[in-house]
Amino acid sequence: MDRREFLKTSGALVVSFSLPPIEALAQGAGKPALVPTELDSWIAILPDGRVNAFFGKMDMGQGLDVAVAQIVAEELDVGFHKVDVVMGDTLTSCNQGGASGSTGVSNGARLMRRAAAEARRVLVERAAEKLGVPAAELKVADGVITAGEKKTSYSELVGGRYFHHQVEWNKQVGNPMDIKVPAKPKQPSDYKVVGKPLPRRDVAWKVYGTDGFVTDVRRPGMLHARVLRPPRVACKVRSIDEASIKGIRGARVIRDKDFVAVVAPKEWDAVRAAQTLKVDWEPMATPFPPMDQLYEHIRAAQVVKRADEVKKGDVNAALSAPGVKLVQAEYEWPFQSHASMGPACAVAEIKDGACTVWTGSQKPHFVRDGVSRLLGLPEDKVRAIWIAGPGSYGRNDAGDAAMDAAFLARATGKPVRVQGMRADGTAWDPKGPACVHRARAAIDATGKVVAYEFVSKGFSRQHIATNESQPADSLIGQTLGVPPKPNQIFGTPAESYGFENKLLGWETIPQFVDHCSPLRTSHFRDPVGPEIHFGSEQFIDELARAADEDPVAFRLRYLTEPRHAAVVKAVAEKSGWNSLGKGKGIAFAERNGTAVAVVAQVEVDRASGRVWARKLWVAHDCGLIINPEILRTTIEGNVVQGLSRTLFEEVRFDRDSVTSVDWTSYPILDIADAPESIDVTLIDRPEVAPSGAGEPTIRVIPAAVANAFFDATGVRLRRAPLSPERVKAALAKA
Amino acid sequence: MATYRFTVDSKRVSVDAQPEMPLLYALRDDLGLKNPHFGCGLAQCGACTVHVNGEAMRSCVLPMSAVAGKTVTTIAGLGTPEKPHPLQAAYVAEGVPQCGYCINGWVMTAAAVLKKNPKASDAELRDALAGLKCRCGTHVAILRAIKRAQTQLA
Repeated sequence: MDRREFLKTSGALVVSFSLPPIEALAQGAGKPALVPTELDSWIAILPDGRVNAFFGKMDMGQGLDVAVAQIVAEELDVGFHKVDVVMGDTLTSCNQGGASGSTGVSNGARLMRRAAAEARRVLVERAAEKLGVPAAELKVADGVITAGEKKTSYSELVGGRYFHHQVEWNKQVGNPMDIKVPAKPKQPSDYKVVGKPLPRRDVAWKVYGTDGFVTDVRRPGMLHARVLRPPRVACKVRSIDEASIKGIRGARVIRDKDFVAVVAPKEWDAVRAAQTLKVDWEPMATPFPPMDQLYEHIRAAQVVKRADEVKKGDVNAALSAPGVKLVQAEYEWPFQSHASMGPACAVAEIKDGACTVWTGSQKPHFVRDGVSRLLGLPEDKVRAIWIAGPGSYGRNDAGDAAMDAAFLARATGKPVRVQGMRADGTAWDPKGPACVHRARAAIDATGKVVAYEFVSKGFSRQHIATNESQPADSLIGQTLGVPPKPNQIFGTPAESYGFENKLLGWETIPQFVDHCSPLRTSHFRDPVGPEIHFGSEQFIDELARAADEDPVAFRLRYLTEPRHAAVVKAVAEKSGWNSLGKGKGIAFAERNGTAVAVVAQVEVDRASGRVWARKLWVAHDCGLIINPEILRTTIEGNVVQGLSRTLFEEVRFDRDSVTSVDWTSYPILDIADAPESIDVTLIDRPEVAPSGAGEPTIRVIPAAVANAFFDATGVRLRRAPLSPERVKAALAKA
Repeated sequence: MATYRFTVDSKRVSVDAQPEMPLLYALRDDLGLKNPHFGCGLAQCGACTVHVNGEAMRSCVLPMSAVAGKTVTTIAGLGTPEKPHPLQAAYVAEGVPQCGYCINGWVMTAAAVLKKNPKASDAELRDALAGLKCRCGTHVAILRAIKRAQTQLA
């Protein structure tokens, strides 16, 4: 956070970008262009020997920056505390895709590792030349290079200057961006910093309130804005009664086509103006089905796209073979909201034809691209700066706030700060898609599964894109008349069950409303992971019981990947599975190379319908572990957010509006329902390149809890969430 | 409009505002503080929590008319890196927050609870903290940190 300096002027905090040393080197005179082929785009050595690592992804509060610092320190042979990770500013980092798909370490830091190793190689080569000693005879310790009596240092060699050294870029942008270098990164057996439980760097300022969030950015002469979203689904504005806010100090309306906002110099006045302004929207007639018919709607809906991602043998033949026992079930998952801790905020300023946007979006490079398209400015005239926002778990409302702020800054000619009200973060964020999963399987006379089919049907997880680079994917773009171009995509279970006839597929269905929809769908933490595995891992449990086999033994019998079996064994062992009392459930899944298994033990209160996941055990294998302590707390957050989504979360709607608008109408887990204990077993595999940890665990929580609920009550709950009302109703029927 | 005089983090301040304006806007917009945060504006989450005369209050719904002459403490006034409140030190030691936007609610509420009941049990803590929101799901770490702070206060 030292890259931002907060100055006090006339009683208000003003963010000053007077470029402290870090940025001075990141964008100083003579600096090579910010392109992936320049080593200077990735690593800088400061005059005092400190190191800047320019990272094109960003940490969302799970210590990714610490992992990057560890990796860079390791490869460069400098102290961990000398490495500052500079991230989230389009002026200082290349587009590595932002926070996305738990790829921070696997993709993002892989590149940083190569850059740091190459920087070390280049520095040692230059030291060899300077000292007249062969490179192989040089030793590096904490940035000091020695050969007997002879000595130089990184800071002496290049401190405060540029490498001017080229690396090979794979020409990819975003998550797959990578570089190739002659340097060989270290062997894990030589690691001294990687693998250590070093502490987070963003905790202190958050705890002491000594630095700010994106919500705290202030610019001189700044206006506060609120964007008006229609109370009922509507894409058109008939008229606005501007006189309705006449009495509010300095407040005025900004309107362009169907985009409506109010601005005022004081924030409270902007809030009042937004609450007071009379807008006559042209409502759509019943765009949504009755909420209690959501799943019937999905089942009956036309299929827009189908994909059979895993197809092995002949499932249909095996399902209808004589003498087999048929098992089938369907599982249902609702729309869910990111419901970030605060509604999104962004600040934008346009000066001399260039726009700067301060955003909490987890993909600031794509904010730059989107703002550049929205305003018709060249890309190099837009700078997006990420500053920690009120939580981010995918494509939440942050992208919309950034686009709104940029647009309003141009419309008003002043710096503009936009923040939503609560409903903008709950009712109007892009949603995780509602879906239905159909599962069928056949068990032969020996108890063996001979056919297995799992097909998901639901709204695409990319009705709007995973980032804000196209105005079509933001509400402002849509209100200005740019139609969205949905991508049709869902997903399938990620596992290695070796059933001989197997089909895993998905189908997407049309959106209720093409544009300006509060139920538009996009990525929400582990996109479609919890949704799918709620079904698939319950179905595995149902199969185990149909085959009269223990759920752990059943999984171990069919899992073909040794690392998958290993997490199941580890969690069974740690939880004492065989001797655990009633109310236990297990679930397993893989996610892009990470294997995770969870055992949950629940208590069910029949009177209130409350399900308490009292104890959880997790076994987690994401390959090489960079930082075990931060990994542990990241997994804990996954567990608890997963419990919240399993037990409480469901976006409610009526025929023409989303009625989940706040924490009462969109309840999440309360501390009363937090587990008593979460036991995490980390399986370290130094020989395996690290995969992700930001999301994998959340996908196994729903089924682990539902399986535990069945174990406790003998009742299957195949519809999420397992809310008290639903539990009470199900138990009353049983 | 009226002028309201009160104290924030040991400094005497005055703010011109409508009587119904919530204290949060005075703290953030008029006084330029970085804390507390706007989370819901409905007293449903806690992100705006401050102490008013020692009681944890949701500043997003507390009208200015109720603040005149009162003593307001924000998380920045609760303790500093040099002189941390035991809860702040425990939060750092346990690495509790993820996004961290909820932090005022938990720390300021727990500080008020522990002042009255330093030995609060797990059940008493859960009861006293009911209703606060943490979207990142750090609840287990929050309880760990409070229990760590309790050992300092004991």
